[in-house]
Amino acid sequence: MSDLGSAPLPSLAVDDHVTGSAEPRAIVYADYECPYCAVLQGRLTDHGAAWAFRHFPVRSKHPRAWAAACAAEAAGLQGRFWAMHALLYGDQARLEDPHLWERARRLGLDLERFDADRRSDAVAARVRRDFESGIRAGVVTTPTVFVDGVAHAGVPDPSVIERL
Amino acid sequence: MSVVAAGTPAPDFTLRRGDGSTFTNADLAGQTTVLVFYPFAFSPVCTDQLNLYEEVLDQFAAQGATLYGVSCDSTWAQTAFKDKLGVTIDQLSDFEPKGAACRAFGVLHDGGFPQRALVMIGPEGAVQWSYQAPSPAELPGANLIFDALAAR
Repeated sequence: MSDLGSAPLPSLAVDDHVTGSAEPRAIVYADYECPYCAVLQGRLTDHGAAWAFRHFPVRSKHPRAWAAACAAEAAGLQGRFWAMHALLYGDQARLEDPHLWERARRLGLDLERFDADRRSDAVAARVRRDFESGIRAGVVTTPTVFVDGVAHAGVPDPSVIERL
Repeated sequence: MSVVAAGTPAPDFTLRRGDGSTFTNADLAGQTTVLVFYPFAFSPVCTDQLNLYEEVLDQFAAQGATLYGVSCDSTWAQTAFKDKLGVTIDQLSDFEPKGAACRAFGVLHDGGFPQRALVMIGPEGAVQWSYQAPSPAELPGANLIFDALAAR
């Protein structure tokens, strides 16, 4: 089992999920079932911010968040992470397996591969890696946004988002 | 009032479990106990502190630590809260006399509810580590508990 004691926030890795045209200054820890995360997603998108997304599914609170995170990673293995990410936030009430398959179909993914990948140890490890980095950095709620290394718990003020 | 310091013996206290039985100093023997004091059941935060600790509960157990949530709510309210959160972390009630255990541990807020605090007690009944959040609104990360476990 990994050591979950305090450790600095890991800087962006080559396989982190990054969006936007500028150098991202924000790293967001979030899950797909959290309504506040959906609000943040909307504000970041509206602002055209550059940011990175890391998974922080807390299953007792959001029972489908883990499965949704694995679905996003599996879509990412077929080059469609951000498209699946948007579809997941687009309908948070529908995150059961049939809804995930439907999204995969809409994106034109290889369904068999998508399903195998989302249930794989490799994808679980990838999601777990994000989650554990958040634990070590002191993340306690979703969303938590690190801007230039400083943590903001909850949806940040518009003034913070405008700077991104 | 400030939270009991590491190195001191755990104060005498009595709390109530969900089934109404007592939890006292005698129940600390032979385990590493982490008391998670929280202000109120059902206070509104999206991802609750207890949900977060639940997510890594197996890793706490692997390091020999047993967590308990403690508030001044009745056992009925705590049971409903535990069910709503969907967690397995047992709850201990400091309902009557209200706040007596919290006061003994130095975590009773002036408002009559627990501060958001953590107290780790070793198998011999000594406080190994304690932490009180700067305000009840700030949730202590799980990493702090892992740090304390590693430092034993």
